[in-house]
Order: sequence, then C-alpha cells, then structure tokens
Amino acid sequence: MSASGPRRTVICAASAPQLPRHIKLRHDAVRGRWMILAPERLFSPDAVAVAVLKLCDGSRTVEQIALELAQTYSAPPGQILTDVTAMLQELADKGVVTA
Amino acid sequence: MSIAPASASADRAPAPVGLLAELTHRCPLQCPYCSNPLALERAREELASEEWLDVLAQAADLGVLQLHLSGGEPTLRRDLEPIVAQAAKLGLYSNLITAGLLLTRERLEGLAARGLDHVQISIQDADGANADRIARYDNAHERKLEVARWVRALGLPLTINAPIHRQNIAGLPSIIALAESLGAQRLEVAHVQYYGWALANRKALMPTREQVLKSADLVDAARERLKGVLAIDFVAPDYYARRPKPCMGGWGRGSINITPSGKALPCHAAESIAGLTFDNVRTRRLRDIWLNSSAFKAFRGTAWMREPCRSCELREVDWGGCRCQAFAMAGAAAEADPACDKSALHSDFVRLAESAASERPGGLLYRNRHNAPHLAGHSAG
Repeated sequence: MSASGPRRTVICAASAPQLPRHIKLRHDAVRGRWMILAPERLFSPDAVAVAVLKLCDGSRTVEQIALELAQTYSAPPGQILTDVTAMLQELADKGVVTA
Repeated sequence: MSIAPASASADRAPAPVGLLAELTHRCPLQCPYCSNPLALERAREELASEEWLDVLAQAADLGVLQLHLSGGEPTLRRDLEPIVAQAAKLGLYSNLITAGLLLTRERLEGLAARGLDHVQISIQDADGANADRIARYDNAHERKLEVARWVRALGLPLTINAPIHRQNIAGLPSIIALAESLGAQRLEVAHVQYYGWALANRKALMPTREQVLKSADLVDAARERLKGVLAIDFVAPDYYARRPKPCMGGWGRGSINITPSGKALPCHAAESIAGLTFDNVRTRRLRDIWLNSSAFKAFRGTAWMREPCRSCELREVDWGGCRCQAFAMAGAAAEADPACDKSALHSDFVRLAESAASERPGGLLYRNRHNAPHLAGHSAG
C-alpha cells in the first residue's frame, strides 16, 4: 500500500489477478451454482466468469489466462484477451479481484 | 392468518441467502435510532452457545450463505469465537456487525484466526464529541477508530456504517473522508429508517428533503472519485421517495432474522405488526419455520396484496415495500406502503416527515431499558 492510500486496481495483459482472502468463490450445493461471497454482497458468476476466476491464482497473467481459455473454447485469443481484461476490470472495481 | 393458495412461483419460498443473528440486545451504546425493538430482550432469555451452533447448521442446510453477527453488541457474547468457527466450518460468510469499542486486538486476532470474514463498525459522526453525544458514551468514537485500524492491520476487510440523520448530516463529507483514511473497503451511508427507537425520535432525527438530496449528490460524487477504492452504499430515507424500497428483498424471500431469545422474524421490525405470531428456533426447525410458518407466509410473494399493489407493474420488484410501515400508518399490514406515491396515505406520510424535519431538535430518547419502562414486562416467549 502506498503512502497515499489504496489505489484503484487497473487490469492489463501483464496483470496477475487473484481473489483477495476475504472473497470466496464457492459452489452452492443448495442452488446448484457457483457464488462469489463478498462483504454484504453476493454475485452469481456465469460459466465463463467462473472459468476465468478459477485461473486467477496470482501467478498466471491475464494474457496467459486468455490463452488457456482460447484453447479451451477454440476462440480467437485476441478477442478473448479483450473480453477477459474488461471482465476482470469490472470485477476489480467491485473488489472481487486484485492484481 | 389465512393465506391465498401459493399458485404463482412468486409465492413459493426461495432459499434464504442471509441470516441476521442478533446474539444479544445488550449494548454499551444508547444510539437513539437503534434498530432493536423497544422491548429489548434480556440476557437470561438468550440462546445458549449450542443452540446458536445448531441454528447455524440448520441455516447452512437451508441455503443461507451469509451470516451477519449482530446485536445489540455481539462482542458481549463470550462464545463469539465458537460461533465464528462454526460459520467458517459450514462455509457461511461471516460478518461481524459491531460498535467495536469492546474489542481488544488479541480478541480480534483470535476471531480472524477462527475464520471471521468481514468486520462492520458503526460510527455516529466524524466529529468525536458529537459522535459520543449521539451514542451517549464517552470516548466511544476514538476507541472505534482504534479498532477499525486493527481490523485493517490484520488484513480483514472493513465496512464503516454511518447512520445518517439531521444531527450528523452536515458532517457527511468528513464521514466519507474518515472511511477513506481508515482504508475501509465499503462505506454505508445509511439514512436512518424510522421504526422502533428511531420512530420515537423522528422529530429529532428527520432530515429535510434538501438535506437528503444534497447527501445523495455528495455520495454520487464520492463514488465517482473513489471507484475501485471505496464502495459506497446509499440507503435513502423513504419518506421522500416516490416508490418504496424492496424491504428485505421481499418478505420471506431472502433473509431471516433471529432475535437473542430465538424468535425467527422475516425482518427485524416484524414484531411491530399486531396479529402475527412468531416461531422460536427452540421449538421448531428453521426449515419448517421458513417454509411453513404463518408469519413467513403472511406477506410472501404477491397473493396477499390489495390495490394499488395487486395490479402494480412493480409488484415483483419492490414486493410492496415495507409491511411494518404500512401497519404503522394504515393500521393494516396488507395496505400499500405509505412511502409509495400510489398510496392514499402518501401525502400524509410526506407531511409527517416535513413537519418533523422543521422541528427544533429536542432531546433524544436514548435507547436503554429505562426509556421503555412500559414495555419492561414484555415476554420474549
């Protein structure tokens, strides 16, 4: 943390995103879906978001995550990188990922 | 209470996501807008540790994901540690809603080690003297700030909850700056909701319409400036709204409130509605209470609605707003929430707010047993 206090997390291709310790991604057996548990908030991520979040381990970069997903989904890596970066930025602004 | 057949899916019970566990009504502070009922429950009536541990297991089984440990002041319970550990074991996201000032750093570390996920600390103002006057407790504010700093130093996420009313609304910019300087992740700028103790203090606390609009503008500007740094939730006072709030996300749809003595309520003010009876987790399983009890079924879904709610296009958005407010104003809980401008009582409701806001702020009725003597004999059974 810098002397000027916390800053907004900005996601780029070289970022290595991860879930902060107080954010829990867990499977909800009662509802049969994945949930993100956060302070006073609940998110129900879709299948793509779950696939991305499971790769957010703090060591893989956004670029590597996009490449892995491009292979899994047989999709163009450039487009996936754009989409994943935007999704992670949105999640970062909600406090769900840091980098 | 007779209930129409639950034919539409809206009238079936979804699994609850939240459990508000009021571990005790004891509290060192005396905030005049406390959300506890006027009839405070006594220590000897409180559920025992094993009873809470069992209730949490039942709640997780029912689909609850988030546990709010509240009060009164929950840190007065010496068994907070096993309760937090049980929540962690069950995968419940645990949120400690506390005034903070009774915590030691060691105890906070212990709670974090047992898996506490999040801490929410209330403040009464950014100005210490005014904050202590509102809470009626010397040096409460300074001690809260110290505990808030420990929370962040331990790496726990922090929410600052600031109940807003006429006697602190001028300090809102300083309150936002304070939350920022403490390194909080979230700030709740929560205009006081006028039930129970707050209703008794309405003339002293109600802000003017202009003050409310200005507070909303301040929050909008701060949200933009602090995007990705500090999330700010804004709870408006519904007296100046056109449409009611979706109270509790709908009656019996998302959350359960359990009082210190084990009564299961659809919302914390539900006992203000005459004619409802509430089951106790000591005598009935939580799942059965949620699905089948008369109190939870009374206003679940839309089948109970009268006009103008019944044909309203927003009936499954706000679920008719607040039943307690409808009961308080119209004398019948199935009437429209007077916060809605479709309610016949809306203009009276707005006049009440405007009249209260124009009063010279008088003395505060502080939240303590002495100030509710006519209710002292109220049984919590």
